[in-house]
Amino acid sequence: MRHLIDILDFSVEELQELIDTANDIIAFPEKYSERCHGKKLATLFFEPSTRTRLSFEAAMYELGGQVLGFSEAQSSSAAKGESVADTAKVISCYADIIAMRHPKEGAPLVAAMNASIPVINAGDGGHNHPTQTLADLLTIYREKGGFEHLTVGFCGDLKFGRTVHSLIEALSRYEGIKVVLISPEELKLPSYIKKDVLREKNIPYLQTTDLEAVMPELDILYMTRVQRERFFNEEDYLRLKDSYILTPDKLQNAKPDLSILHPLPRVNEISVAIDQDPRACYFKQVLYGKYMRMALILKLLKEAGRL
Amino acid sequence: MNIDAIANGIVIDHITAGQGMRLYELLGLEKLDCSVAIIKNAYSAKMGKKDIIKIDADIPLDFDVIGYVDPGVSVNLIRGGELVEKRSIEMPLELRNVIFCRNPRCISSVEQELPHIFKLADRKNKVYRCLYCETKA
Repeated sequence: MRHLIDILDFSVEELQELIDTANDIIAFPEKYSERCHGKKLATLFFEPSTRTRLSFEAAMYELGGQVLGFSEAQSSSAAKGESVADTAKVISCYADIIAMRHPKEGAPLVAAMNASIPVINAGDGGHNHPTQTLADLLTIYREKGGFEHLTVGFCGDLKFGRTVHSLIEALSRYEGIKVVLISPEELKLPSYIKKDVLREKNIPYLQTTDLEAVMPELDILYMTRVQRERFFNEEDYLRLKDSYILTPDKLQNAKPDLSILHPLPRVNEISVAIDQDPRACYFKQVLYGKYMRMALILKLLKEAGRL
Repeated sequence: MNIDAIANGIVIDHITAGQGMRLYELLGLEKLDCSVAIIKNAYSAKMGKKDIIKIDADIPLDFDVIGYVDPGVSVNLIRGGELVEKRSIEMPLELRNVIFCRNPRCISSVEQELPHIFKLADRKNKVYRCLYCETKA
């Protein structure tokens, strides 16, 4: 049984297959409007995430399928003490595919080990969020026409930002990628990612605290939010939250075809004045996330023999 | 220093000096009723110093534990006072309930029934990572 728990579960070829399907859905949505007729997606959200849950639900509805589930642990049997393994076994009797978000790292993997239907990791704590990476990849592909020979800047919280870690891992498999890491000292990319991914694969990278200095080199700028929920100490959060705020004047030296991405939600790290700039791609990224989730649901259901 | 030879049992030899007690604990040898000897800092022509564990009984051993703690050891099986098998040990690809994940955000920290599983991530640097959250052991 195939699942998507970590972005590296899929090969480069499989990711391309998803991108091709998503592009076909964008071009010919009517072809796909009944593909999942009679199929059910269970959205098991043990912590609230309206955005990701609605994206999955919209994806399933646009495929002609149906959705059941819960949006917080209090309204699930987890509140009564049921294990993730048991929940996965029970839901396998009701649905054809599961999208799970859980505050504990590794919970979707436990579900996948026990379910008899495909499981999609919709975010497990600060660990993985592979469908966000799918959205990021489709955005880059549609904006740049491919992944090779790009200089990608990651800015903000590179320590706790799981979307950053996953996207770096995913991009590390393409030729000619250069990475620029822009963050305050306290929120630098963890050293194991630098060692295991960047150095291991000979990917050139630069660490800096100065966004404007590196701006002219960037093809992609991936902004992130400093997330309050990842800090144990409120003082640290308040001190670091405004480290980088992207404003129109900071884009003066940027390439005319720069693409600005953000996994959203944003707080204040991208000024709303940039929303009108044609280089702002973050709302397109949301839309592309839905198409990639549609492509993913189709692929996993097909491989499970349920389509 | 003399320790009696064993008739039927196991000698874990060539343990890196200082690792003997850890191995003793992780193998659960304190639960045995038979004689168990831990020799620390014994002379070794090859290693300089080494630890040795002698177990005076034929018990099932968890070779994964030995391979995790010290893959360089040799395990000698003794029958009737004779060496009948000498086994070299390799680092196991997977450890199950040998070590425990210390990440409070890991699912294994809240679900007591889950086995604690670690996978060998980097043989050269002897790095194991939790199957669920990928935290380093």
